[in-house]
Amino acid sequence: MLPLITLKQFWNDLRRQKLRSMLTMFGIFWGTCSIVLLFAFGKGIGDAQLKSQKGMGDNIAIFWPGVTGKEYKGLPRGRQIRPTADDVTHIKQVAQTVGSISPEFRRWNVTIKRGRNSSLRMLVGCWPEFGDMRNVIPRRGSRFINQNDINERRRVVFIGNLLKQDLFGNEDPIGQQVEVNSVPFTVIGVMKEKDQNSSYGSRDSRVAFIPSTTFGTMYSTRWMSNFVVQAKKEYSMAQARREIYEILGGKYKFDPTDREALSVWDTTRGFEFLKTFFTAFQWFLVGIGASTLITGGIGVSNIMNVVLEERTKEIGIKMALGARKSYVMTQFVLETLLITAVGGTLGFLFAWLIVSLVPAFGLTDFIGVPQVNVSAGVLCIVLLGIVGFFAGIFPARRAANLQPVQALKLF
Amino acid sequence: MNKIAVNTNGSARGEAKSMTDTIIDMRDVRKSYRTGKVSFEALKGIDCLVKRGEFVGVVGPSGSGKSTLMNLMGCLDIPTTGEYYLEGQLVNKMTPNQLADVRNRTVGFVFQAFNLLPYATAYENVEVPLLFARVSSRKRRERVAELLSRVGLADKMANKPTEMSGGEMQRVAIARALANEPDIILADEPTGNLDSKSGEAIVSLFDELHQAGKTIVMITHDMNIAKHGERIIRIKDGLIQTNGDLS
Repeated sequence: MLPLITLKQFWNDLRRQKLRSMLTMFGIFWGTCSIVLLFAFGKGIGDAQLKSQKGMGDNIAIFWPGVTGKEYKGLPRGRQIRPTADDVTHIKQVAQTVGSISPEFRRWNVTIKRGRNSSLRMLVGCWPEFGDMRNVIPRRGSRFINQNDINERRRVVFIGNLLKQDLFGNEDPIGQQVEVNSVPFTVIGVMKEKDQNSSYGSRDSRVAFIPSTTFGTMYSTRWMSNFVVQAKKEYSMAQARREIYEILGGKYKFDPTDREALSVWDTTRGFEFLKTFFTAFQWFLVGIGASTLITGGIGVSNIMNVVLEERTKEIGIKMALGARKSYVMTQFVLETLLITAVGGTLGFLFAWLIVSLVPAFGLTDFIGVPQVNVSAGVLCIVLLGIVGFFAGIFPARRAANLQPVQALKLF
Repeated sequence: MNKIAVNTNGSARGEAKSMTDTIIDMRDVRKSYRTGKVSFEALKGIDCLVKRGEFVGVVGPSGSGKSTLMNLMGCLDIPTTGEYYLEGQLVNKMTPNQLADVRNRTVGFVFQAFNLLPYATAYENVEVPLLFARVSSRKRRERVAELLSRVGLADKMANKPTEMSGGEMQRVAIARALANEPDIILADEPTGNLDSKSGEAIVSLFDELHQAGKTIVMITHDMNIAKHGERIIRIKDGLIQTNGDLS
C-alpha cells in the first residue's frame, strides 16, 4: 500500500527541490562511479601488467653462467662457472625441488630461409619442457619439440607466429621445409600468439626453436647459453635456487652461497611484487571510492534531516489519520534507499559507459582493459545498501518518535 | 460489551443511560506542557461526557485549553493525569499502534487549516485513511467516490488542494474524516479559515452528518455556529465553565 504514495511524494520532492535533490544524488552518484571506475581501472592496469609478465613464463627463473665472487676451499675468486647440458640433466635427475628444467642454446642472426623469403633470426635449442615453462604454446594442429626429437636429433623446427608470417604468409607451414643455417628442417609447429613485455634476447614471436641435441650437433657446441627452471608446486623458487647452487657448487667447487657464481633472473620475485603491489593499489583505489560514497551518504543523511523538518507537519497529518510508527519509518528509509538506489544506478551506468569507451581511445596497452566486474558491483550494492540504510534510519527514527500533536504544531 | 470498567468508578452520570451510549468519558483530566523549565497546565481537571449521536459545541477564549481538549479527545495526545475512556477503552494505557488505529477508525478529524497533503489530489487525500486501514483497492475506489459525491465534490476528484477554494478543501477534509466510518467527528474551528458563506455550507454539512447519526464535537469561536449543537461546553483557563444545554 505504501509504495505508490511514497513514490509520488518522492517524485514531488524531487521536482520541488531540483537542485537539492541533484546535489544529494550527486554524492551517491560520484561515490558509486568512483568505486566502479577505480576498481575497473585498478584491475585493468594490474591485469595488463601481470599478463605481459606472464608472457615470458609463469614462475620461472633463468640461470646464466657466472664468475665466482667468493674464495672457496682454497680456490680463488673470479673463476668462470659454465654449466653444460649434462649438468642440467644431472639436476633434473637429483634435484628434489625442481619441477621442470631445460637448457637453452642460443645463436643470433641465423639465416632462416624458405624459397625466396629469408630472415636473420635467433635460433634456440631446447628441451620439450621449455615450451610450457616459457609459455611457448603451439597453435592448434601443431606441436612443440618432443622427446623423440631430442633422442633422434631430428631436424625439426618450431617457429614463432611472426616468423611464420614472414616466411609463409598465410600458408600452412606444418610439414613444409625451411633452411636453417642452410640445413633443411621440417616445420612441426607455430607458436600461439601471446602478449610479452619482457624477454632476454628476442621476443618469442620471431624465434625458431629446435631440439637441443640437434643444435649441439649442428654447431658442435656443448656450451649452452643458459637454462630455465621452474620449481615444483610445493616448493618456492628460492628453495629450488638453493638446491641448484648446492648441486652445481659441489661439481664446480664454488660456495653454494656465492650468488655471483651463476647469474639468475627469478621472475617470481618481480611477479610477487607486482601482484602484491597491484592488489594493494586496487584496494587503495577502492578505499578512495568507498570514502567518497560514505561522504555522499552523510550528505544524504543531512538532507533527510532537512526533509524531516519540512515534512514534520505532513507526518503529523498522516499520524492524525492513523499512520503507525512503522509507516513513518518505512517511508523515510524507503525514500533514502530510493535516493541512493537512483544515484547508485546512475553512477554505475556512467562508470560502465566510461569503461566501455576506454578501449576506443587505444590506451589499453598502458592501462589495460578496465573491467566492471562482479566484485565491484557487489561491493557497491552492499555499500549503497548500508549507506542508504544508515542515512535513512536516524532521521526516520526521529520522525517516527514525533508526537502527533508536536508534529502538527498545534500548540 | 467491554464497558463495565467505566462503571466501576460509578459517577453520577453513569446511571442515566446504558454505557454503550457514552462515547467520550473524561475524568479529572489534566494536561501540562513543559517548555524548558517552565511547566504550563493547559487543562486543570476536566470531567466531560459525550453521548453517542450528540452534537456538542466547545467554546472559549484563546488559550483556554479547548484545542488541547480536542487533541486529547482525538488521541493525538494523552493526558498527563486523569482517565480518558473512549468507547469504554482507557486511552491512557494504549500503545502507540493502538492509538494510531483509534485515530484511523474511531475518530475523524477536521482541522481549521484543512491539513490536506499538498501534492495529492482530492481523491488521494480521501484515500489516505483507507490505505492505513488496509482497505482493498476496489473498495477504496468505491468508497472515495461515494464520500466525495456526498460532500458535493464528485467533479473535483483529480484536483489538487492548490486548485480548490477553501470551502472545497474543507469539504475534502470532511470526506477524509468520514472515510473509515468513525463514530465521532472532531472539528477544530472548521470554519475559522473560511468566508461566512463557505462557512455556512460547512456547518450545514455537519448538521446533515449529525442528522445521519454521527457524534460531533466542534470547537468554534462563533456562538452562532456553536448554537447548531445541542449542547455547549464553555472552557476558560483550563476548566469547564458550563457543560449543559443551550440556554
